[in-house]
Amino acid sequence: MFFDHLVLGASGEFLNVGDIIATLAVFIILMLLLKKFAWGPLMGIMQQREELIASEIVTAENSRQESQKMLEEQRTLLKEARTQAQEIVENAKKQGEVSRQDIISTARAEAGRMKDAAVQEIANEREKAISAVREEVVALSLLAASRVLEKEISEEDNRQLINETIAKAGEVQ
Amino acid sequence: MGHEAPMLEVFGIWFNLSNVMMLIVAAVIVFLIAFISTRNLKLKPTGMQNFMEWVMDFVKGLIKSNMDWKDGGRFHVLGITLIMFIFVSNMLGLPFSIIVYGELWWKSPTADPTVTMTLAAMVIILSHYYGIKLKGLGEYGAGYLKPMPFLFPLKIIEEFANTLTLGLRLYGNIYAGEILLSLLAGLGGAGVVGFTTAIIPMMAWQGFSIFIGAIQAFIFVMLTMVYLSHKVADDH
Repeated sequence: MFFDHLVLGASGEFLNVGDIIATLAVFIILMLLLKKFAWGPLMGIMQQREELIASEIVTAENSRQESQKMLEEQRTLLKEARTQAQEIVENAKKQGEVSRQDIISTARAEAGRMKDAAVQEIANEREKAISAVREEVVALSLLAASRVLEKEISEEDNRQLINETIAKAGEVQ
Repeated sequence: MGHEAPMLEVFGIWFNLSNVMMLIVAAVIVFLIAFISTRNLKLKPTGMQNFMEWVMDFVKGLIKSNMDWKDGGRFHVLGITLIMFIFVSNMLGLPFSIIVYGELWWKSPTADPTVTMTLAAMVIILSHYYGIKLKGLGEYGAGYLKPMPFLFPLKIIEEFANTLTLGLRLYGNIYAGEILLSLLAGLGGAGVVGFTTAIIPMMAWQGFSIFIGAIQAFIFVMLTMVYLSHKVADDH
């Protein structure tokens, strides 16, 4: 009694073909339905994700290279700028040196010129003063001569006398 | 245990109505789980989508461990459906069984040899079909003479043995689990002492049966892929 129900095909003494058909039908219908409504869309989305990730990786790689290139470029530019700046400073220093020299020499020249001008002025003034004094002396001499000598002398003597006096006066000066 | 099956004859074909009902119940549950968890699919998966993707990747791993993905990709849908269907079927008989007028109605559909043998035979027939389709009849036939021609009889026996073991392993595990569960349930229903005695082994056995149900679903799909790869893959 007990073991009757443990034999293979315990559900009865018939070969239940109906169960075979039902199993196959249920399983195949389930598989088709799931393929249409569940696995298909799920596989689609997984595929899509795979593609997205692949493309993202490519994009990331590209942008990495891009940024690497840009970095390199920036580095070169920076180096260039630094060199340029150094050059500019150097130039400015040189320029400064040059203009310092320039200003100094200009100032020196100016000073020299002013000194010369002053010397010239002084000489002129002295000349003027001397000639004024000379004239004064001549006039005085004439006056003195005419007053002291009171004698008729020739024009020539007169002149000679005067010149001598002037010469003397010049030596005195 | 000692229960009749609700048999029905339609045009000379016998149906076990309990099997038919439980198969449909299992199919509906699997369909609902899969259908609901694949609504509202997102590129960044959440909740049940994660679970379903894990199942897909799991089966994909099983296939890939046996054959090339370019050969095995076509069995992906079969594998996922099989593993879900068998797992849910194994679980159905665990919480309770329903017996109406001495006829057992609610049980695991996989606790019936006809159902499991049908699934096993389907797998084996599929393996032959794809073997011929993918490799050609000549190479398929030559497969029976490898590695040595004198092993030909063994190869023939192997095909039947594979079918039998594949189906009966699943049936035996689940049916044995249900028998023990129904014994324990009978003890638990026999008064206070019986209940207190039965509840601990009952819980232990139910937990173990969950484990067995999962393992058997896994083994069934794994062996399915092994048999398919024997026929389909180029070298092994």
